[in-house]
Amino acid sequence: MNTPDPHDFLAVDRDLSEEERAIRDTVRDYSRTELLPHVADWFDEGTIADPRGVAKGFGALGVFGMHLSGYGCAGTNAVSYGLACRELEAVDSGLRSFVSVQGSLAMTAIHRYGSEEQRQEWLPPMAGGDAIGCFGLTEPDSGSDPGSMRTRARRDGSDWVLSGTKMWITNGSIADVAIVWAATDEGIRGFLVPRGTPGFSANVIHKKLSLRASITSELVLDEVRLPDAARLPAADGLRAPLSCLSEARYGIVWGAAGAARACLEATLDYTGSRVQFGRPISGFQLTQRKLADMLVDVNQSMLTALQIGRLKDAGQAHHSHISFGKMANVRAAQRVAALARGLHGANGVTLEYPVMRHMANLESVATYEGTEEVHALTLGQTLTGVPAFR
Amino acid sequence: MNIVVCVKQVPDTATERKLRSDDKTLDRDAADGVINELDEYAVEEALKLKEAHGGEAAVTVLTMGPAKATETIRKALAMGADKAVHLTDDALHGSDALSTSYAMAQALGRIGFDLVVLGSESTDARTGVLAAMLAERLGVAQLTQAKKVEVSGTSIAVERVTEYGYDKVEATLPAVVSVVEKINEPRYPSFKGIMAAKKKPVETLSVADAGIAADQVGLAGAWSEVAEFAAAPPRGAGTIVKGDGDGGTKTADFLVTKKFI
Repeated sequence: MNTPDPHDFLAVDRDLSEEERAIRDTVRDYSRTELLPHVADWFDEGTIADPRGVAKGFGALGVFGMHLSGYGCAGTNAVSYGLACRELEAVDSGLRSFVSVQGSLAMTAIHRYGSEEQRQEWLPPMAGGDAIGCFGLTEPDSGSDPGSMRTRARRDGSDWVLSGTKMWITNGSIADVAIVWAATDEGIRGFLVPRGTPGFSANVIHKKLSLRASITSELVLDEVRLPDAARLPAADGLRAPLSCLSEARYGIVWGAAGAARACLEATLDYTGSRVQFGRPISGFQLTQRKLADMLVDVNQSMLTALQIGRLKDAGQAHHSHISFGKMANVRAAQRVAALARGLHGANGVTLEYPVMRHMANLESVATYEGTEEVHALTLGQTLTGVPAFR
Repeated sequence: MNIVVCVKQVPDTATERKLRSDDKTLDRDAADGVINELDEYAVEEALKLKEAHGGEAAVTVLTMGPAKATETIRKALAMGADKAVHLTDDALHGSDALSTSYAMAQALGRIGFDLVVLGSESTDARTGVLAAMLAERLGVAQLTQAKKVEVSGTSIAVERVTEYGYDKVEATLPAVVSVVEKINEPRYPSFKGIMAAKKKPVETLSVADAGIAADQVGLAGAWSEVAEFAAAPPRGAGTIVKGDGDGGTKTADFLVTKKFI
């Protein structure tokens, strides 16, 4: 009997198909070789130095919209997409966010709710990384309660005129197209707003303490005039953006497991070589207790991700399954990152080691795409049949 | 143009590699198999040559190895090769460089080629002789240690890396080229490539299919034999050069003795 692999203790990856394994290995290899060497600097500088270059690299691999079909998308299954998210977030949550926003939010919105013309125009360049998209739902005063949004779209002849502000928009200031959700007299509708449309601007949000290797923006819409052809014709109400968010959250379920695994790996490495009182600190009982707790969290979250992925590929993933995974796995990753940070001692607070970067990133991951409270309420509603949101 | 890339599955260099105690061959089950690193460069070069020919070329992957070497074939197909031939047979187990070159030459003769490309050595056996042996057995030109390859019509020119720089070597196709890591930067397989690789044809050849005499390959047919093996001794303490204003000179003298300068 072989000793379990510390990096995949429960052999969660054992039953992956050859194709899933190849995709995992390609993303792992790419992220570690092309992204990991730069990510601490990006985090330090609070930006991605060459976001278009990063997008081109992702596009060449086929990560953007990889589980969508047609229009230049790779058309993989959901588990493969999850594995890609896991390997990307093992490097940095900001990189997984880049892919989530492009593929799961912007491209899914167009793929699912767009007209054929909109799909033809935007999906191939977005899949290839030649065009960058962002997704504007959250507002300064409208987060967990998106129905309270103040951004309005009013009819003016055959056109629409949009006014309002969107907040915490990943890649907003570099996007070629923004998917903007606005309230109309008929309910919430989605619009494609190309970069440079008069009245539309984006401001970078500075001074973040989390997701620093990611570009976050505010979108300002000041009487932005759009033809009706810019509206997503099949998006009919709040359900449309929420369904896109469910896709992105699915990526987070896997990504959080990746961040947790990276923290455990870094800690195994560090505690195995850090000598105090004459021996590696990994040999002390108090360290081993923490390593064991981390191991359990990492492996349970990987199992949770794979199970939800298999349900999704079978067409049986309920949105509350995704809520379960997001709540459980992000919480687990936060526990693992905090222990990892502590076990690294003073070294753990620097960017020489990945642990506090992950720990800080996970603060955003815990709140965006549905806070833990919202997911707990979703699970509560599914269990009891009683919605307790308001 | 028919380009055949020879690739080898080797144990991951990041893991501990072992020999089997029974027949002193590589323990292929003890470590994950990966494509030999220099063979990735060979695949990349073959794909670039194909692209330079406006697609008027086909790239075939040839590997000799056990059943699990299909993973390595898939990787090369995912990068963009068109089809593959897998030479696999229990009789091949334990072949040395000379008998491997015989078996591969038989397979290459059956496949047909204008150009054979391979890495200049493998990370497991590290003999670095296969390209020369293949060329000799096939009776074609050998252009080894290439850091640049250009094909024009039926002529081929390479820059061959030497200790002091490089030689320009030319030949007429067909030819065998071995490449070094300076030649290119291998591409990552795209997800579309990975998905398409499943559907690309992989032909399996046995010893009999390839017209290989079974008694000339495998452990019995090998011309060399591993007599014994031992774990590498731990690293020595190294040499400490104490400088007394002349540290630079002493260091330079040491490097001269090692032929670094």
